[in-house]
Amino acid sequence: MTEKKISPEATKKQNRRAAAARLTGYFLKYKWSVIIAFVLMVGSNLFALIGPWLSGEAIDAIAKTDGIDFALVIRLCVLMGLFYIGSSALSYLLSVLMIRLSRNIVRSMRQDLFEKILVLPVGYLDRIQAGDLINRISYDIDTINASLSNDLLQAATGVITVIGAFIGMVAASPILLGVFAITIPLSVLITIKRSKTVRPLFRQRSAKLAQLNGFSEEMLTGLHTIRAYGREEQMIEKFQEKNTAAVEAYYTADYYASMIGPSVNFVNNLGTVLISTAGCLLFLVGKISPGGINSFLLYSRKFSGPINEFANIMSEIQSAMAAAERVFRLLDEEPEIKDWENAKDLENPLGEVEFDHVRFGYDKDVVVIGDLSFNAQPGQTVAIVGPTGAGKTTIVNLLMRFYDPQSGVIRLDGKDIREYTRKSLRAAFTMVLQDTWLFEGTIFENIAYGREGATEEDVRKAAHAANVGDFIESLPEGYQTKITDGGSGLSKGQKQLFTIARAMLSEAHLLILDEATSNVDTRTELLIRDAMAKLMQGKTCFVIAHRLSTIRNADLILVVKDGDIAERGRHEELLEKNGFYSELYRAQFE
Amino acid sequence: MSRVAYYTKGMKKKITFGVLLKTIGSLAELFLPLVMAYMIDTVAPKSESAWPLVFWGGIMLMCAVAAWLGNVIANRVASKVARDITEKVRTDLFSKTLYLSSRQTDEVTVPSLVSRLSSDTYNLHNMLGMVQRMGIRAPILIIGGVIMTFTVDPILALVLLAVVPILTVIVIILSKRGIVLYTALQRASDVMVRKVRDDYSGTRVIKALSKTEYEGRSFQNINDNVAACETKAGITMGITNPLVNMLLNLGMTAVILVGAYRVAAGAAKVGQIIAFTSYFTIILNAVIAISRIFVNISKGSASAKRIGEILSMPEETCKEAFLDRNDAEFISFENVSFGYNGAPALQNISFGINKGETLGVLGATGSGKSTIVSLLMRFYDADEGVVRIGGKDVRTYEKEQLREKFGVVFQNDFLMAASIRENIDFERGLRDDDIDNAIRFAKADGFINSLEEGKESLLTVQGTNFSGGQKQRMLIARALAAKPEILILDDSSSALDYKTDAQLRKALLANFKDTTVIMIAQRISSVRFADKILVLDKGRIVGFGSDEELMKTCETYKEIYRSQVEEGIAND
Repeated sequence: MTEKKISPEATKKQNRRAAAARLTGYFLKYKWSVIIAFVLMVGSNLFALIGPWLSGEAIDAIAKTDGIDFALVIRLCVLMGLFYIGSSALSYLLSVLMIRLSRNIVRSMRQDLFEKILVLPVGYLDRIQAGDLINRISYDIDTINASLSNDLLQAATGVITVIGAFIGMVAASPILLGVFAITIPLSVLITIKRSKTVRPLFRQRSAKLAQLNGFSEEMLTGLHTIRAYGREEQMIEKFQEKNTAAVEAYYTADYYASMIGPSVNFVNNLGTVLISTAGCLLFLVGKISPGGINSFLLYSRKFSGPINEFANIMSEIQSAMAAAERVFRLLDEEPEIKDWENAKDLENPLGEVEFDHVRFGYDKDVVVIGDLSFNAQPGQTVAIVGPTGAGKTTIVNLLMRFYDPQSGVIRLDGKDIREYTRKSLRAAFTMVLQDTWLFEGTIFENIAYGREGATEEDVRKAAHAANVGDFIESLPEGYQTKITDGGSGLSKGQKQLFTIARAMLSEAHLLILDEATSNVDTRTELLIRDAMAKLMQGKTCFVIAHRLSTIRNADLILVVKDGDIAERGRHEELLEKNGFYSELYRAQFE
Repeated sequence: MSRVAYYTKGMKKKITFGVLLKTIGSLAELFLPLVMAYMIDTVAPKSESAWPLVFWGGIMLMCAVAAWLGNVIANRVASKVARDITEKVRTDLFSKTLYLSSRQTDEVTVPSLVSRLSSDTYNLHNMLGMVQRMGIRAPILIIGGVIMTFTVDPILALVLLAVVPILTVIVIILSKRGIVLYTALQRASDVMVRKVRDDYSGTRVIKALSKTEYEGRSFQNINDNVAACETKAGITMGITNPLVNMLLNLGMTAVILVGAYRVAAGAAKVGQIIAFTSYFTIILNAVIAISRIFVNISKGSASAKRIGEILSMPEETCKEAFLDRNDAEFISFENVSFGYNGAPALQNISFGINKGETLGVLGATGSGKSTIVSLLMRFYDADEGVVRIGGKDVRTYEKEQLREKFGVVFQNDFLMAASIRENIDFERGLRDDDIDNAIRFAKADGFINSLEEGKESLLTVQGTNFSGGQKQRMLIARALAAKPEILILDDSSSALDYKTDAQLRKALLANFKDTTVIMIAQRISSVRFADKILVLDKGRIVGFGSDEELMKTCETYKEIYRSQVEEGIAND
């Protein structure tokens, strides 16, 4: 392969490396902690490695044919105890340090990630699902966290232990090491088997299980329909098929995986067999002491542990790298385009809006608005009507600069809206959208969200203006009532009134209103209509309109059809035209 | 308990075989240190040639091989048993779930049923495997190990025995503490997830109100809380390994120290001390394994309990049925009252329609429209009064026989991730031309034919690759395909534009003359044409009759007319 062609495998590796480098960057912020951690780790492991040597010495002291040197044995045992206690203490300190270190790193990553989500363009968020974001910020970061606080440590510990144990074995008996070496290829073999055979099987097992769970979730959402058509038996049969596949995949994975444990034990036992047989033979010819056999045995166990764990740790580090890559990718997404350099704050706008040959599509190739021009004077109402999916909300998206037009200009008070800072432009608008957004918090907090520093009195007034004050005050906890789960206890109409109340608090001169035709009872409908009328007073309004009264009173009606303005004008003019608008209007009387 | 017996029936031999092998394998492992001690203490000092040592080495090797084989085969048997039991339990649970009554389903809730089917059966599977693999091995290693050490040297064994309880207590306390801490962490992280979800859906409002910084700050508190919980859990649980290692090593040190005195007294030999260090490792590892099993079993048995709750739900019995009445209309409600868990949904409802007629049901959300259908199709039984079809109390029909009469489209009805044809057929084995006709009547032929693969085109989960109107037409085709006696359309025209809605109505009138249609709608224009219209308000009938009659007599109907026809327009 030539150098220029970059295989996907190579770019993948590159990305991994980049992710690793960035993670290292996070670490370097905490250099001192890292250095201390390193010292602690080396210390703890060395202490632990001294133990077996001391115990060998002690056993030799016991095994002396000319009587036991108790003073020596006691001294060695006390030393052993101290080293072991020291080792454990250091290792606990180390894990506390690492947990704190990774906590700091992970916390700042999480904060960065969340703040990133807040500044991402609406267009980007529209394309991805909430679940994706949640996966990034919880599972992926958790994976990184686990890896940072655990795997790295284990890997480093493993390396030191293997080297230390090797040295210990050489010191105890090089010949015995030669015999013990027979088991090393077996350990390696198990490790390879684990990563080559078992891991893919586990992936398959999760995939099958995910399929099964997906199926049962799907079927349970359709429970009502399945019962209505009496299709229970057929669905059970289908489930049975997927169930069998899932347990079979589980079994296949288990079939090999459950070999690993006994095999690792077998290799260890084989080591014991070899060491004791060869050790005794060497003892016979006076080449080793019983203490030496003991030390060697303990070192050999220390030696194989990390080798057996190696594959596990590597794969965990790999998945942490993959997670880090995903997190970084999100962090690298372009935020909303910066304001123009000399953008000014918009102050006290009059509210004159002009669309001048605006062209726009969410995808470059799919035009949603072809060539739109219109003008709204301060205080006028523009009604946007048309069937679902025709692009009504696009006009709103452009006005608020959630998106920018591909060509053409939108002007506010005679100036291109891009000449204003985004923040001040948006502050000039009040929005009431169809999906009434309420968050976890009290009713007070939800309404006061409309204006920073709103007092209780302000909120109360706004609620009453929105015709929802009486309802709130009738609740046992009034304005302090908690809204949970997006307002699950509230009716659709009430939710709408809450968002109107929120909008009432804003002092903006321009209003964007998405009238919803929710199916509320007639009384609530009247309340909503009345509240909206109050909200519209004295503002330049853009209304995605559903109510005839709004449309009749509108200064301009834009009829949107298949992503373009099909007709425009006032109600009577449009009816006279006898075009699409009048068709829509009349359809309901057929 | 009887359920355990039921699911293990026919597997007793397999299980016994597995347990036996496991026992043999584990015992073989316990003999290794013993043989080693014998070699070091007895064989090596006395032997003049290498052969006795090689002989005993061979015996050790045989033990190691036996341990390996016994454990591997036993593990595989265990996996097989776990597989078979899980498979059976899972299918039973799924089928029980499908056959639960709607009231029972409401009580348990669908998300809970889903989690019982997925994570609970998974936990059960894990537990079944682990208990067989480790649950037998660990006690054998502990008990066997202790016995072995006592036969070697009771005093040294006491040293070991002193450490085991300490370790056990520590491990159990820590794992219990861990469960508490991780639950707290889970809760904190749920709050975080909710925040992300909230802000994701409110992104426009947040941007419009320039609340980005404020949201960032409020996330910080949540983030700090999650981090604090993580740290606390991590630091508490992080003590386990160092502590266990320390106990293990100190115990071994104590063995050597005490061993020195025993050797001096002539009661023990050096090789035995070395063997002891091996037993120490084996037994303490087994204790740690038991703590893991402990966590696993507590998780698994909680899951088993949740599964059992569903499996043991009783079949719902109904009250005594009413006698047949020949003079009743084809569909009739007589003084029907009904409530979901106490809250009344329908009160004293009486009306009737004849075969082939169309009934429109109108009312605001929560007025009880869909409940009418639920009672008619017997998802629920009326608390009072009687619902009849063809003069017979619906409770006297066989469920299958009753439901065969219906074709139905529910609100937010369900489409599978399968082809359009499969979705319309819905596992009923319908004829192709019936399906084609249904597609035509439902006005779905236009867009289906324009698809490259026609009705073999695949839907994604929830049918997200089709528009609301297209999905609605597929659902209507499903309802029509088996030529039902009674057709129920619950709010199914709301996703259709007025034109398609009108066309559909015409097609129904022309081709389904004998079919009785019940149409539930929010839009007055969808039901105005019906023979009879039922107007509901808060669970009570406020009007029943034709459009003409209601315009004269029913205030609510007139009000709806005013607010929708005179006030509403074109947008849907």
